[in-house]
Amino acid sequence: MSRILAAVLLIVLALAPVSARAQQADEALAAMGAPGFDSLRRGVEQLALSGHPRAAAIIGALQNGRLFARADRALFIKTDADDFVEAATGAPSDVQAGAVKPVRLNNSVRGAIDAALGSLRLFAPDAATRALAAEAVFKSRDPAALPALERALAGEKDSAVKRRMEQARAAALLFSAEANDADRIAAIAELRTRGDMDVRGLLATLTAQSPAVADAIGSAIVAIDRSLQLWSVAQSVFYGLSLGSVLLLAAAGLAITFGVMGVINMAHGEMVMIGAYVTFVVQQFMKVHTPGLYQANLLFAIPLAFLVAGAIGVAIERSLIRWLYGRPLETLLATWGLSLVLQQAVRSLFGANNRDVDTPSWMSGSSDLGGIVLTWNRVYIIVFAVLVLAALMAVLRFTSLGLRMRAVTQNRRMAAAMGIRTPWIDALTFGLGSGVAGMAGVALSQIDNVSPNLGQSYIIDSFMVVVFGGVGNLWGTTLGALTLGIVNKFLEPVAGAVLGKIVVLVLLIMFIQRRPRGMFPLKGRAVEA
Amino acid sequence: MTLDRSTVLTLLAVLGGASILAILNQATASGSALHVPTYVIALAGKYLCFAMLALAVDLVWGFGGILSLGHAAFFALGGYAMGMYLMRQIGTRGVYGNPMLPDFMVFLGWKELPWYWFGFEWFPFAMLMVVLVPAVLALVFGWLAFRSRVTGVYLSIITQALTYALLLAFFRNDMGFGGNNGLTDFKDILGFSVQADSTRSALLVISALFLCAQFLMARFVIRSRFGKVLIAVRDTETRTRFLGYRPEAYKLVVWVLSAAMAGIGGALYVPQVGIINPGEFSPGNSIEAVIWVAVGGRGTLVGAILGAVLVNFGKTWFTGALPELWLYALGALFIFVTLFMPKGVMGLFAKRMGKRESSAAPGPATGRAVG
Repeated sequence: MSRILAAVLLIVLALAPVSARAQQADEALAAMGAPGFDSLRRGVEQLALSGHPRAAAIIGALQNGRLFARADRALFIKTDADDFVEAATGAPSDVQAGAVKPVRLNNSVRGAIDAALGSLRLFAPDAATRALAAEAVFKSRDPAALPALERALAGEKDSAVKRRMEQARAAALLFSAEANDADRIAAIAELRTRGDMDVRGLLATLTAQSPAVADAIGSAIVAIDRSLQLWSVAQSVFYGLSLGSVLLLAAAGLAITFGVMGVINMAHGEMVMIGAYVTFVVQQFMKVHTPGLYQANLLFAIPLAFLVAGAIGVAIERSLIRWLYGRPLETLLATWGLSLVLQQAVRSLFGANNRDVDTPSWMSGSSDLGGIVLTWNRVYIIVFAVLVLAALMAVLRFTSLGLRMRAVTQNRRMAAAMGIRTPWIDALTFGLGSGVAGMAGVALSQIDNVSPNLGQSYIIDSFMVVVFGGVGNLWGTTLGALTLGIVNKFLEPVAGAVLGKIVVLVLLIMFIQRRPRGMFPLKGRAVEA
Repeated sequence: MTLDRSTVLTLLAVLGGASILAILNQATASGSALHVPTYVIALAGKYLCFAMLALAVDLVWGFGGILSLGHAAFFALGGYAMGMYLMRQIGTRGVYGNPMLPDFMVFLGWKELPWYWFGFEWFPFAMLMVVLVPAVLALVFGWLAFRSRVTGVYLSIITQALTYALLLAFFRNDMGFGGNNGLTDFKDILGFSVQADSTRSALLVISALFLCAQFLMARFVIRSRFGKVLIAVRDTETRTRFLGYRPEAYKLVVWVLSAAMAGIGGALYVPQVGIINPGEFSPGNSIEAVIWVAVGGRGTLVGAILGAVLVNFGKTWFTGALPELWLYALGALFIFVTLFMPKGVMGLFAKRMGKRESSAAPGPATGRAVG
């Protein structure tokens, strides 16, 4: 009780003019030199509030057992070199070791020292330290820190730190016996704006309050719960978007080949896998030969993965798929066989184990946006997916190849009659689809294990996306991928990861009943051709 | 019903082969030159069960034009039904000695048998479920799919999604089917030890009998009026519809029948291999079953049996002799058969004989040729 009285008294003193403060510091030092733990404790508390430039040094010395008192109550600090300096000024002193006695501590004094050092950090020159100190007060909710907080707030320039301090003050105020209801309600309103889990916990521990305050607490908790819920929804949306982008990258190529050629390429997942291994090889190569550019390895891996996977795709089309046109089910079987061969080939070349692919430093880490955590690699994958999608759309819309591809998609025979060499378009389409899959592999190498089975784990999901979105329509694929990604992530916390996936699959099977050709089916004569 | 030469040969080969193996295993001493080791009996039994799956796939794919990439799901469901019966027969001989609960449930701390396990200690009920569970799933799935005219690759993909969903579901421990490990450690079936040589020989012969019965039934179905319409649906679904038939009804019937056949295959498979786990649901298994049919000859019932036995024999040999080459061989088989042997091994026979059965003419599988 006396402590709080002293604190309240000291608020007044803290606001007093500088001369009064200097006087206060002298009194504090005198109290510290006087015998008795009580007086020492009061001295420490006073000194912390006095704004004395050497307060931190003196209290720190006290904590370390280096503070000594002479019989006339003058204080000295023992330095590392075993000399003494005057505590108040830091000036060297010729006092002898025999003439002074160490100032002794008990637990109550130690507590006061901790609190004092904490509030002294509120005045540290470094903003980060001040913010941490404010956060510490917020966590401890110690009303004793209130006077120091008030004074720190008065001088604080940094707005972020100031907010922290205000929150800390509100927390401390709520736990001080002195504050009246109006103060408390204001404090609750202040905390409500912060609205995170810590505040909720803090408010939940406040019991036995007057009805008005209890009401305020209740409504604040409800509001915080709602905002936490909103943030968790936002977080799920973010995860869903990132999963959707991965699915989109994996499915975009599939949608093109399926749309243009009516070919289901079961080896598509292996193109993704090859893209991931290209990343691995590029990284190994650059580690040895161009370590200076290592951080930029993905920028080299992306085009290379496109080229390698695209070339393999063209080779597959020329050697295998063109013999099977008009027999989609046979194509499905043959490409499945191909996928087994490719998997086993990669397993023979690189081994069956997971390969380490590094994430460049500029892609790792995360940052907070409000109540959600954005991991950078996922953010970059979303950006990458958007870029790939935009590039694909541009190719389809603005290039001569794209024009021909669209023509073949809509009516193959008519396109052929107009002089388009459909076999070439088929080969290039297949190459393009495979190349996109290769780029997807680069992205996946950043978030998944690079193993020969990488592609298989995505192939069924990619098919679902294509079936869901409708073939030959990139917007449909995009919408399908994002919907599936987000639905998946929202079901996960409710139903668990596995059950969520099952629910999605069942929903999809139900969906196909209603829309057998996806959300955006091709219309016109192409449908039955 | 008259039986042609190839049918008689098939029946003779399956029944005769199984009987001879069983007799050579039972009647000769283990040192004898004629003795057939028990592992060969188990392998042969496994092949015959796979042949039932192949027959089921061939019925829907070869004659109905429905390429199912999820037929192993029906096979596995039948297997699980049988596995549940076998688990209940263990009784107090399990590691934990619980008279009611299988070991994995005791391990998970369950106190009571889940409701869907009731009745499985009773053999006729379990056998009913072997047929009923796959058939009902097929009925629901097929009714939904065929009614809304999901065809071609779309249908293939959602059958794959079906088996994938079941794979994920059965991996879950709280499904009550043993999770990752599945059902295993079987002791006896109808009072006979599953480990005993005599039981294994008997199971082999029973598998052969069931395979022959299924073969004859499938043959009867496709030669009936129903079968003729089914083939018409396969070749040109739209035209059949315009002639006044309801293709979805024909497809649904053959689909459910085929699922039940696969379920029986799975049920006979489980006691012979001694385990059933969610891996049986993996999409790869279903696609492998399709390639057995393709190798043997799509649209020929004999071909399905032949293909299943040949490919699985090859698999056994490869995984023993050159394990790392098996996937290359299987992949190459897929590619080679689709590119160069569209009618499979039976197609080669037919070419040599200069004749072919009326039903052995696989046509286009989708409605693409219409017009």
